[in-house]
Amino acid sequence: MSTTTTTDPRSRGKASGGEKLADWADGRLGIYSLAKANMRKIFPDHWSFMLGEVCMYSFLIIILTGVYLTLFFHPSMNEVEYHGSYVPLQGQLMSEAYRSTLNISFDVRGGLLIRQIHHWAALVFLAGMFVHMMRVFFTGAFRKPREVNWLFGFLLLVLGMFTGFTGYSLPDDLLSGTGIRFMEGAILSVPIVGTYISFFLFGGEFPGHDFVARFYSIHILLLPGIMLGLMVAHLILVFYHKHTQFAGPGKTNNNVVGMPLLPVYMAKAGGFFFLVFGVIAAISAIATINPIWAMGPYRPDQVSTGAQPDWYMGFSEGLIRVMPGWEINLWGHTLVLGVFVPLVIFPLVLAAIAVYPFIEAWVTGDKREHHILDRPRNAPTRTAFGVAWMTVYFVLLIGGGNDLWATHFHLSINAITWFVRIAFFVGPVIAFIVTKRICLGLQRRDKEKVLHGRESGIIKRLPHGEFIEVHEPLSQEALYTLTAHEQYRPAELGATVDENGVERKATGGQKLRAKLSKAYFGEESQIPKPTVEEYKEITSGHGHH
Amino acid sequence: MKKLSARRRHPLAALVVLLLALACTGGLYAAFAPASKAQADETAQSLTIEEGKKLYSVGCASCHGTDGQGTSDGPSLVGVGAAAVDFQVGTGRMPAQQPGAQIPRKKVVYSQAEIDQLAAYIASLGAGPAVPTEEKYGDEGADIAKGGELFRTNCAQCHNFTGKGGALTHGKFAPSLEGVDPKHIYEAMQTGPQNMPSFPDTTLSEQNKKDIIAYLNAVNGDETESPGGLELGGLGPVSEGLFAWIFGLGALIAVAVWVAARTAKAKKS
Amino acid sequence: MSSQDIPEENLPAEQDTTHGAVGVADEKNPFADPGLPPHEHRIQDIDERAAKRSERAVALLFTVSMLATIGFIVSYVAIPVDKSVYVFPLGHISALNFALGLTLGVALFAIGAGAVHWARTLMSDVEVADDRHPIEASPEVRAKVHADFRQGAKESALGRRKLIRNTLLGAMTLVPLSGVMLLRDLGPLPHNKLRHTLWSKGKLLVNMNTNQPLRASDVAVGSLTFAKPEGLEEHDEEFQNEIAKAALMIVRIQPDNIKDKRELEWSHEGIVAYSKICTHVGCPISLYEQQTHHVLCPCHQSTFDLSDGGRVIFGPAGHALPQLRIGVNDEGYLEALGDFEEPVGPAFWERG
Repeated sequence: MSTTTTTDPRSRGKASGGEKLADWADGRLGIYSLAKANMRKIFPDHWSFMLGEVCMYSFLIIILTGVYLTLFFHPSMNEVEYHGSYVPLQGQLMSEAYRSTLNISFDVRGGLLIRQIHHWAALVFLAGMFVHMMRVFFTGAFRKPREVNWLFGFLLLVLGMFTGFTGYSLPDDLLSGTGIRFMEGAILSVPIVGTYISFFLFGGEFPGHDFVARFYSIHILLLPGIMLGLMVAHLILVFYHKHTQFAGPGKTNNNVVGMPLLPVYMAKAGGFFFLVFGVIAAISAIATINPIWAMGPYRPDQVSTGAQPDWYMGFSEGLIRVMPGWEINLWGHTLVLGVFVPLVIFPLVLAAIAVYPFIEAWVTGDKREHHILDRPRNAPTRTAFGVAWMTVYFVLLIGGGNDLWATHFHLSINAITWFVRIAFFVGPVIAFIVTKRICLGLQRRDKEKVLHGRESGIIKRLPHGEFIEVHEPLSQEALYTLTAHEQYRPAELGATVDENGVERKATGGQKLRAKLSKAYFGEESQIPKPTVEEYKEITSGHGHH
Repeated sequence: MKKLSARRRHPLAALVVLLLALACTGGLYAAFAPASKAQADETAQSLTIEEGKKLYSVGCASCHGTDGQGTSDGPSLVGVGAAAVDFQVGTGRMPAQQPGAQIPRKKVVYSQAEIDQLAAYIASLGAGPAVPTEEKYGDEGADIAKGGELFRTNCAQCHNFTGKGGALTHGKFAPSLEGVDPKHIYEAMQTGPQNMPSFPDTTLSEQNKKDIIAYLNAVNGDETESPGGLELGGLGPVSEGLFAWIFGLGALIAVAVWVAARTAKAKKS
Repeated sequence: MSSQDIPEENLPAEQDTTHGAVGVADEKNPFADPGLPPHEHRIQDIDERAAKRSERAVALLFTVSMLATIGFIVSYVAIPVDKSVYVFPLGHISALNFALGLTLGVALFAIGAGAVHWARTLMSDVEVADDRHPIEASPEVRAKVHADFRQGAKESALGRRKLIRNTLLGAMTLVPLSGVMLLRDLGPLPHNKLRHTLWSKGKLLVNMNTNQPLRASDVAVGSLTFAKPEGLEEHDEEFQNEIAKAALMIVRIQPDNIKDKRELEWSHEGIVAYSKICTHVGCPISLYEQQTHHVLCPCHQSTFDLSDGGRVIFGPAGHALPQLRIGVNDEGYLEALGDFEEPVGPAFWERG
């Protein structure tokens, strides 16, 4: 459709090969408009902004290595006799899945390496998602307009956990089989439908002949497919919203300061993929993970002590270990609370952190966009909640490994279990209070610094003999950075009588919200940041200090 | 026959001979030529027992009673057999240092000769399992893979897949089997020390025990290969998780800090 | 909760109004935003020799990567898959795994390090500010979209022609049911499969270790043995499913030490047979302490007292371990006197 005017830049013969190709693609895909918006897109520099990349790259590594593993793995539970190269299992009966995993480990050159990269990358992926989520949480990056992306990220974490769990179960070794047995027991505890779900999932009684094949398609197709879609959506939103940034000179809510995608971030982020892959490959060269040959094939009548899931399922293991064995038998039915209660608390623990952004948004009533990150100290209630949540999580992780803590620290397993039972309730409360205090203390220190300057370490003796430390006033950059955060005032219920004199009753929700708002932003929950007046009053008399 | 002669050299075997000899009448006894040798053995044996009794009264009697009948501080030793003594004293568990949830393995106090004397004395108090001879726990004729299956059925539940140990109730624990003398492992299976159940030959045959020991040597010996690299204690996902957090994510965060850090600026001159 | 609930004045003021104009460090507001600091040059920006050094470093890293990849290929070809090597402090490890992992790691890491070093030292490090634009559409666009939607909805007549709407809803609700139906054949119905095991009257207890029937005289006080029902062999098609329910744990306790009357009745001279499957979630429980007669589950630490009817004394299990009633036949072999009286393993809704 060219109009062959000499002013059309595309018709000039000077265009290089690359430009010609780009022109061709633009004519069909419209890449120029896309590139115009994105090629020089600005990304701010901060190490914690790269945690998400750690996750993305380890996910890609998992996909690459996983595809390789499917070339050799046989997802079958047929019983076969082993005659491969690992001597201590010669002649043993095992499933084909287990045998093929042994073959990958001992007979395929580099198979063991790829298996270990796959598994190490999975552990790093989940750990990375956890830390990434905590970074987003503690800096308030989940606020409008990023709530949806927070949920996408949360879903990725949950799906990642289950993808990991199904993958861990595939080799059909004694350890993972024990994990599956646990899962079956947990499903059986579900009232009314539990037994049916279990029979449908396992194709009959446990362990049956089907679960490896079924978990296989869930592990390699269903869950990763959804995750890939979510990850792309997550990334598109990151591009669309543009990255958040910390407060600092020149950085406002209306801009983003950093370096362009092309070339700096192309090189940094692209290079980071290779760095992540390189580190994980090196780890896989030096440290064993999941040595299934040492565990033996799964038999439902055999077990080993120290039966644990991978770390990301550890908190659910903790829940199930410390729960008292309650069981109710009524009208010929059994309600297995000892298993079912943990099964219910498990998603609740996760949901608690997932819904927090919406609760905070409701309490503040803030409908504006936020692109400047909070320092955790400047949002004491949120920070305290986050730490309390992490306390619950880590207390449960301790519970999940109680037998190993017992043997390695010479403690009683019963004592640890009781500790976890109590700490599950008390720990988060203490963590909440302590964290809030620490945040307020840091806020006071910031205020002190703004008003009185930085401690210089220089001690001066005054003519009348008094010693003082000289405080140096802060630079304007520092003053700005320390006072840039916003402070809310607590919401009030407002007049109980409206303009027409009609009594207006506050609803329960409004009352709760006023209460929460006071807890968030009341006098006890934040230190008013220094005002210009305070600053001037002090600095004008600075010489006398 | 080799088996028999090897047994005969053993102090406890001599005890069996002694008991047999006592059962015989004096006339029959005199008529046999080897009887004089038995007599010589018998004197040597009674000397050993005598020595053992002396050691016992000094080191053990305060808890186990003057004649091994047991007190509130220690169980009766009548009928526990030489194997139990060889295990308990040979691994340093006895003499115990202090009461607790469980008596741990310690530095061995007695020499092997003294342990043999003690064992002979305790064995003289009542019949019990004898100290096994080397061919019982040697690798020869053992089926490692069968041993693995037996280990996972009988042992792994407390001692972990490859014998790294594990926790029991109220501070008790199943110890690690790393670096434990195969003889002591054999004796432990046979006698069931402390809270460990016993696995007598009637239910776990001699061949079974040999297989188990061969399996342990293969998967938990000095030369055991860990193809993938660092074994991380062989404890499973907990230590792997810690490693992934500290070294995996730790290294990646260190790298991220470098990637995102500002490059050094030229000094203003 | 609409936004009207919160009085506007409780929201913090916009930054720009408290912080004065950007870049003006005026007397009025000492906390004003001073604006982006001026760009400072790196050594590489002003000293070509330093830049050259960086260039060489980057090139060196890329070269190292190439060498490492060659090393990877050489290792793959040259090192046998079963070769073991001692590396301090890793121990005896697979030479191939170590060589491949390290060369691959170095090859990848060097590419990344080179690219990042290049970006950090040679590419422009001038910080640029990019403006953000509100995500919300302008009121005009909003109004237009709403109007368009209403127009479209009106033209479809979905609101007016209720019959179409209702039947469409019905069809859409029903159609996924086909998918749900298809799941039915994933497995059989439970019936009473969870209630029964292979044990029945007269079945001998076969020692797992020796694969021989157990005699009463074989079982010593303080010993621990595992048993399976006679006739069940490892090669059987259904071995895994059956052993998952039928596995037994045999211990012998001095009859005076057995506290539970029924347990004593169901035992043979102190030999008791308990299910090996934990009543919590089904781990094979067998950490038996012969002095306390406690048995601990390695998975979740449920503890049962085998001298007191298998009662739960600690942990998350909800009910006692099922005991199998045993006796001795004429030849002195231990035999079952029936199936378990209650379902073994984890509890379930229909257990009752």
